[in-house]
Amino acid sequence: MSEVTGQATEALLEARGIKKYFGAITALDGVSFHVSPGEALGVVGDNGAGKSTLMKILSGLYKPSEGSLFYQGEQVRFDSPRDARRVGIEMVYQDFALAGNMAIYENIYLGREPGRKFAGLTIVDREKARQMAKDHLDQLKIHVKSIDQPVEELSGGQRQAVAIARATAFNAKVVIMDEPTAALAIKEVGKVLDLIKTLKEHGVAVIIISHRMDDIFYACDRVMALYQGTNFAEAPLDRTHRNEVIGWIMGTKGHTEALAHDKVH
Amino acid sequence: MIRNNPKLASFLEHYGIVIIVVVMMVLLYISRPDVFLSLANLTNIIKQNASLALLALGMFVVIVTAGIDLSVGSVMALAMMCLAVAAKAGVPWPIVILIGPLVGIACGLVNGFGLTILRLPHPFIMTLGTLNIARGLSSLITNGAPVSGLGPQVRYLGQANYDFGIFPPPTGLPASLFVVVVCAIGLWFFLNRTSLGRHIFAIGGNPHAARVSGINVDRVLVYVYAISGFFAGLAGLLLAGRTDSGFPLAGQNAELDAIAAVIIGGASFFGGRGTILGVLAGVLIMGLMRNGLNLNNISPFWQQILIGLVIILAVYIDVIRRRAAVRS
Repeated sequence: MSEVTGQATEALLEARGIKKYFGAITALDGVSFHVSPGEALGVVGDNGAGKSTLMKILSGLYKPSEGSLFYQGEQVRFDSPRDARRVGIEMVYQDFALAGNMAIYENIYLGREPGRKFAGLTIVDREKARQMAKDHLDQLKIHVKSIDQPVEELSGGQRQAVAIARATAFNAKVVIMDEPTAALAIKEVGKVLDLIKTLKEHGVAVIIISHRMDDIFYACDRVMALYQGTNFAEAPLDRTHRNEVIGWIMGTKGHTEALAHDKVH
Repeated sequence: MIRNNPKLASFLEHYGIVIIVVVMMVLLYISRPDVFLSLANLTNIIKQNASLALLALGMFVVIVTAGIDLSVGSVMALAMMCLAVAAKAGVPWPIVILIGPLVGIACGLVNGFGLTILRLPHPFIMTLGTLNIARGLSSLITNGAPVSGLGPQVRYLGQANYDFGIFPPPTGLPASLFVVVVCAIGLWFFLNRTSLGRHIFAIGGNPHAARVSGINVDRVLVYVYAISGFFAGLAGLLLAGRTDSGFPLAGQNAELDAIAAVIIGGASFFGGRGTILGVLAGVLIMGLMRNGLNLNNISPFWQQILIGLVIILAVYIDVIRRRAAVRS
């Protein structure tokens, strides 16, 4: 363990012995996990290794069959994404999970619209929402033509930026990103990775699921590999290299560089 | 031309449908200048289409969520029968008036809960069920017999005309017009300015996005079907007032007219898009078309054929426009 990510720093979010069954299928078989403030953790694994299931448990979409979650040292239980959001855990989905028919600013505050209560309804304060959205996008150095543009008019990279802006609009402490660069044009990838670094500077813990070694090695501090629903290996990035990580994904340890190379090609 | 001029494109997108209505009115006027713009005819068009307008407003809310409510015609008949029977039984009129919308809301709640609790695969199925159940119930109440003679207070909203001292009676602005206008404005405010209204649009745009944004999609859907039921019940009250009766077979196929009006008005069948103005224009287009064909003594069979063609044309225009405008 390096100084930055050592156990001495209290984990912001921690999972112990998480198991998840779907009927007869065991998606996760006792996975443990932790992430600290300002740290970027890369989670890798082959398809079906359990990455997405683990992230959906962390973000409240699934409930674990066994095991427990700790947030700032206290045990927590999330019954819905709303619960996870309330403590500051946000997820950026691979498909962005944006409503294409709605304006950028509406997507950012969807489900949390500012406004005043009247007869059981919340009347949206649209000027306030617009202003908040503008300020927040400026802070993240995201530029759009107009915050009133419907999301369906945006490019993949712009949509990803809006999704990240939504995830961080309310003081998020943990942002989970599922394949943040998979749907982007190459020239947009760099912008999103820089956005991740901006989040880290703000003290946000970022968890990145990715197949792209370039992303992991550019943006992360630590990498963790899942294999068939279990913890397989984990290391700070300065103590490993991409061929070793590729070996982990395929479920092998102690690869020489040459051997891993052979397997990939 | 349209593609190179975003302002014109945006204007047409929002108000093009209104232009169609105006063009239709001009054509009708040219075809029957003596009758079409007569006060009696205009009053009639409004009265005859007020119930359809309410059904379409309710249907619009459902279609925005990418759902469908096939039960509205039957629910309208059931509400109408319930309030007619209550009026005949001597129930005080303020309660009778409430019975219509309340029966509608109750049916809407059945649809909403059925859909979300039973997890039926599509609202088509749940509302197809309640279409039949509500129709059966409305016949069962009186064994299929119509009920008439409801009393002036109960009839008021569907029957009253305001001549404002300028229109020669029996013409004038019908009370049902004001009911429709108030409902349309209220619904516009609800859908565009309240968070619940925006959540309805978000569910239509991307249900997954709505769910992960912390929106309780099931609860919103229950509200949506209750709203549709409310409008169907209110439509039943207007229809009962206009006809001074309750008849169990009222509003057969009215759900299809309501769906057609919403679609002609530019709402997307796949949810998330459409405007109140478009819905009202869609209702008017159908109403004007029927009226114009009637005035020109064209067979009602042709009316059906034309409405069918207009539905296909309206959606096709929409398809072309989206293909040009939206990145996929």
